[in-house]
Amino acid sequence: MSQKTRMSGNEAVAHAIRQINPDVMPAFPITPSTEIPQFVASMIANGEIDTEFIPVESEHSAMSATMGASAAGARAITATSSCGLALMWEMLYVAASSRLPIVMALVNRGLTGPLNINAEHSDSMGARDAGWIQIYAENNQEVYDNFLQAHRIAEHKNVHLPVMICQDGFITSHAVENITLWDDEPIRKFVGEYNPEHYLLKEDEAMAVGPYAVSNYCMEAKKAQAQAMINAKQVILDVAKEFEELTGQHYGFFEEYCLEDAEYAVVAVGSVCGTAKDAIDALRAKGVKAGLLKVRVYRPFPGEEMAKALKRCKAIGIMDRAESYSGNGGPLGAELTAALYREKVTAETVNIMYGLSGRDVRVEDVEEVFDWLEKMAVGELRFDVYPYLGLRD
Amino acid sequence: MRHLTEIRWHGRGGQGAKTAALLLADVAFQAGKHVQGFPEYGPERMGAPITAYDRISDNAIRVHSNIYEPDFVAVVDDTLLHSVDVTAGLKADGGILINTEKTAGEILPLIKDYPGKVYILNAHKVCMATLGKYFPNTPMLAAMVKISGVMETDVFLREMESSLKHKFARKPEVLDGNMKALKLALEEVVECR
Repeated sequence: MSQKTRMSGNEAVAHAIRQINPDVMPAFPITPSTEIPQFVASMIANGEIDTEFIPVESEHSAMSATMGASAAGARAITATSSCGLALMWEMLYVAASSRLPIVMALVNRGLTGPLNINAEHSDSMGARDAGWIQIYAENNQEVYDNFLQAHRIAEHKNVHLPVMICQDGFITSHAVENITLWDDEPIRKFVGEYNPEHYLLKEDEAMAVGPYAVSNYCMEAKKAQAQAMINAKQVILDVAKEFEELTGQHYGFFEEYCLEDAEYAVVAVGSVCGTAKDAIDALRAKGVKAGLLKVRVYRPFPGEEMAKALKRCKAIGIMDRAESYSGNGGPLGAELTAALYREKVTAETVNIMYGLSGRDVRVEDVEEVFDWLEKMAVGELRFDVYPYLGLRD
Repeated sequence: MRHLTEIRWHGRGGQGAKTAALLLADVAFQAGKHVQGFPEYGPERMGAPITAYDRISDNAIRVHSNIYEPDFVAVVDDTLLHSVDVTAGLKADGGILINTEKTAGEILPLIKDYPGKVYILNAHKVCMATLGKYFPNTPMLAAMVKISGVMETDVFLREMESSLKHKFARKPEVLDGNMKALKLALEEVVECR
């Protein structure tokens, strides 16, 4: 029930959209968005799917129209990248707090400046507190599989939250690699029909979406939204289990690579994890107990689970592809370090800034990080501030 | 044959070096390989130097970095030899393929620091004889397959014919010209050192 082929990460997401055949896709059809809306528009023009595509005049409108469609009762998706996500900012919060199960294909590219839209996580990491579930991918296979699971998570009655399916700009979005595609029929059955309980076009139920709420009610609504994000954890695992039964592909909150007996671990998000695996194989061949924790689900943040998986390590390098300009490290560094503290993990830790604005990361760069970790574990090295990997003097 | 072959393409925006890299990944996949084909993105301007890459392997490919020590390099535009360090990191037991209308005697002094094999192809001549228009990426693709040995040339021609047939179903004359260009390029590529 599968076909081995090759395609880019953008094509893989478009293929998932074809299989899902969503009701509505509003999207801004040119840069900073990617080829994804273009591929979908072609599929519609060719009669392969009957999605209503709405070309809008801005990304703010893209998110607004997606919310309108979703609130009306449609299965609605959109796609964007970089500063396109930034222009959606105001509406991202409204989508999540209105509990609209929207799915977005996000190609992670940097926010200006200097003017540059190469691979970086600053777009989605900046939106990490907007209330969206965020799922990241190492390669084209993972972004395809993640997209197929997204609607099941978003639309679950215990969740009702929008989901962002992220992949690294250019590195996976525009690179052609091998991939296994699953057959249409079992995938359509897995994703299922969308039958919302409450929606604006429901004849016998009057409702409002996004109304004003006085302080007396707002905090309860926010707590309910926060609870939905916590509920999403179990749903993400349940959907992944069902996807594994269908395809044999295993997914969880994160992937542990050579982590069980690792003394030195790198924690990272996205395409750099493949490069890290090659580095780890080379180091293991030399007897270095190196391992990787690859974060797949960033929202909800599986802090406790990650801390437990890292408990036996002597030193941990936490890699961020987004600056926070906080003077205190990047988003993953800050959040994971707090989670390690709560679990009383006493390993040496360092937060590492890497790959900003598409700066390339080689196997040797990741090996250098492990070299730092070995030195940190025996007290030979200590960073006062978080280091930048591969920075030129 | 190597288990992993890494190839770097140098061209100018608009010449099809990126397309050649993606086509090579495509045809190598058809021949049963694990592949990675990707361009290095920068400001996109006609005529500006661009770089694209291929990894072709018998095993799954996980690394997601650019290629710094390629086995083979293709130069789609010989004017780049004056401005880009095209042999940077190129393995001595690999080779470089240059598209040029110049002779071996004129080209070799421009890459005298590289000790490995040097191949030249007059893609202009091949294109004019077969396509009537200058699309250097098609002959360069064939020549790269031949010098790198990433697959047998008959397998390459068979797979190209099947994918071009699909792509140009309504323009059989395009298929014919492209197949002739590929075959002629396989004959015309010359090892000059």
